[in-house]
Amino acid sequence: MTIFRRSEFIIAAILLVAMIFIGLINPAFWSLDNMFGLLRSNVIIGIMALGVLVVMISGGIDVSFTAFAVAAMYLTVKGMLYFGYEGVLVPFIAATLIGLVLGAFNAFFIHTFRMIPLIVTLGTGSVVRGLLLGLVGTSIINIDKMPPELINFAKVNLVNSTSATGTNFGLTAMILIYLGLALVTHLFLRYTMIGRSIFAYGGAPEAAKRVGFDTRKTLFFVYCFAGALAGFAGLLQGSMIWQANPRDFAGFELDVIAAVVLGGASIFGGRGSVAGTLLGVFMLVMVKNSLIIMKVDTTWQRVVVGLIIVGATALTAWRDRKKLV
Amino acid sequence: MSDRSIAKRIFGQDRNILQLIAITILVFALMSWLNPDKFLRYYNFESITYIMPELGILAIAMMIAMLTGGIDLSVVGIANLAGILAGVFFHSVIVGTDQSTGMILLYTGIGILLALGIGLLAGLLNGFLISKLRITPILATLGTGQIFTGLAVVLTGGPAITGFPDGWNFIGNGKVLGLATPFVLFVIVAGAVAILLTRTTFGVNLMLIGTNPRAAIFAGLRKDRMILYSYMLTGMMAAIAGIILSGRTNAAKSDYGASYLLQAVLIAVLGGTNPAGGKGRVLGVSIALIALMLLSSGFQILRFSNHLIDFIWGGFLLIVIALNAFRNTDR
Repeated sequence: MTIFRRSEFIIAAILLVAMIFIGLINPAFWSLDNMFGLLRSNVIIGIMALGVLVVMISGGIDVSFTAFAVAAMYLTVKGMLYFGYEGVLVPFIAATLIGLVLGAFNAFFIHTFRMIPLIVTLGTGSVVRGLLLGLVGTSIINIDKMPPELINFAKVNLVNSTSATGTNFGLTAMILIYLGLALVTHLFLRYTMIGRSIFAYGGAPEAAKRVGFDTRKTLFFVYCFAGALAGFAGLLQGSMIWQANPRDFAGFELDVIAAVVLGGASIFGGRGSVAGTLLGVFMLVMVKNSLIIMKVDTTWQRVVVGLIIVGATALTAWRDRKKLV
Repeated sequence: MSDRSIAKRIFGQDRNILQLIAITILVFALMSWLNPDKFLRYYNFESITYIMPELGILAIAMMIAMLTGGIDLSVVGIANLAGILAGVFFHSVIVGTDQSTGMILLYTGIGILLALGIGLLAGLLNGFLISKLRITPILATLGTGQIFTGLAVVLTGGPAITGFPDGWNFIGNGKVLGLATPFVLFVIVAGAVAILLTRTTFGVNLMLIGTNPRAAIFAGLRKDRMILYSYMLTGMMAAIAGIILSGRTNAAKSDYGASYLLQAVLIAVLGGTNPAGGKGRVLGVSIALIALMLLSSGFQILRFSNHLIDFIWGGFLLIVIALNAFRNTDR
């Protein structure tokens, strides 16, 4: 009985209806080709969304993570080219660490100066982007310069198939990384003390402090986690699109936040789940991508994303309405 | 006792303003010292009075949203949509009709009304979502900002709209009594908002709601309605900024002024506005605006890239946050 009242169930139901609806307008939606493409588009936004989810559960918000992602990607690729490094593991660790350290700055400012996360992350995002473009460079590293190891790594497919028109397509193995990270996030949110402290802090910071949680540790963990995931996703994006563009991800933070909100997380903190976020991410990506196959002009994309954010937040606000008096 | 506390309060407020004036003088001295021959030119200050107003009006709009503990992330979207809507209107009526001065003035007037109208509507939507549907201001305006920017893209299809009539250009580039028209507009708008906030029931109510929303409700204030009005005011001001921006550049585009959002937040916070609500003065925001305009104009003369100037703005915001935190622990 309770399962029908869970947000995840409602989201999944809406998602199913939407899929049937889109499929009726254009049956090509259900083709394996399109489905694999959709899943592939979930990877980057999804990994970032896991970080934003944790931030939102803690009652904060982060708009700087896309800047961190781009910095991690560009610096790592530049470093690989500079040292002539030919591996994959070390660069990904480096990108993750860059994101983690930058996330620590967010936590430092938010914790030390008790400032609203939105304003702090607006500032840190601007600082990181400005430094990257102003000092490191603005030129795109294209496929001819990109380290081939990164490209080959992201080319790995789980399933390969050939479409009716003779083109090859496959389901990228990166989806496994995404789902693996989602599982880890889910487990630590559920079963570890630090995970529970994030929910406690998001629900009522003062109460969390009084029952003995180290709120400083919680905050640092939250923003470092979001930064690290963003850094990792940044380099993965570079590998998947075969180029490192220092202007990438501009405005992308809105999509990610929309997906997380769509997945049922509350910006007031204390609520949200990995399962909901996975569904929210899939829903957002599906709607955005399907506008094209539904023959809606692409100029409407932003309006649709905006409507989704407003609609989803209105629903969560309605769900949480008693808390708001 | 009460005399002393009143004196202390005035002194406390003045200290904030004094600190801002000190920062402004410091920036001015630093920039004059770094490039004496180029910075201290009349031309430089005149161009600042043309560029400053649109940002200043957005910053004051941001301050109004922050007074109730909210924020308006859709201001830049509203500004661009207002400019583009007017531009689309001009394109549809002016082409092929007679271009006499009277008609141009009439069209400009209608264009202004259209732009202000869409600003008011946009603000109404924000206010409705925030006060009636109880969506957090951050998410509500994040979403509506996308919608407004998206509608602007739909209206233009992407490229900039150009070819505004002369009357429109006058708003952005003209002179009134030897002063830049945008600057005169800014002074009028800032003055009106200052009076509205300090001398009317509406303004005092906003401050009370921001200081303690629960107490405000128990005191019988119509909180929802006041918040609705405040976002309508914010939307209108964003539209005014959009008119000035499109008038100055003689163009309107969906992604103009993207960096204005951060700068408006920064100026509002630097000007002593408390983002948690209840505190904020037009005078403080105006002085902060002047300080930051001097700073960025100085760095531009030093040939810093725009990216580095973005970095400096962001760094400034973080430093101000730290400074404010230290000042507040003093008390």
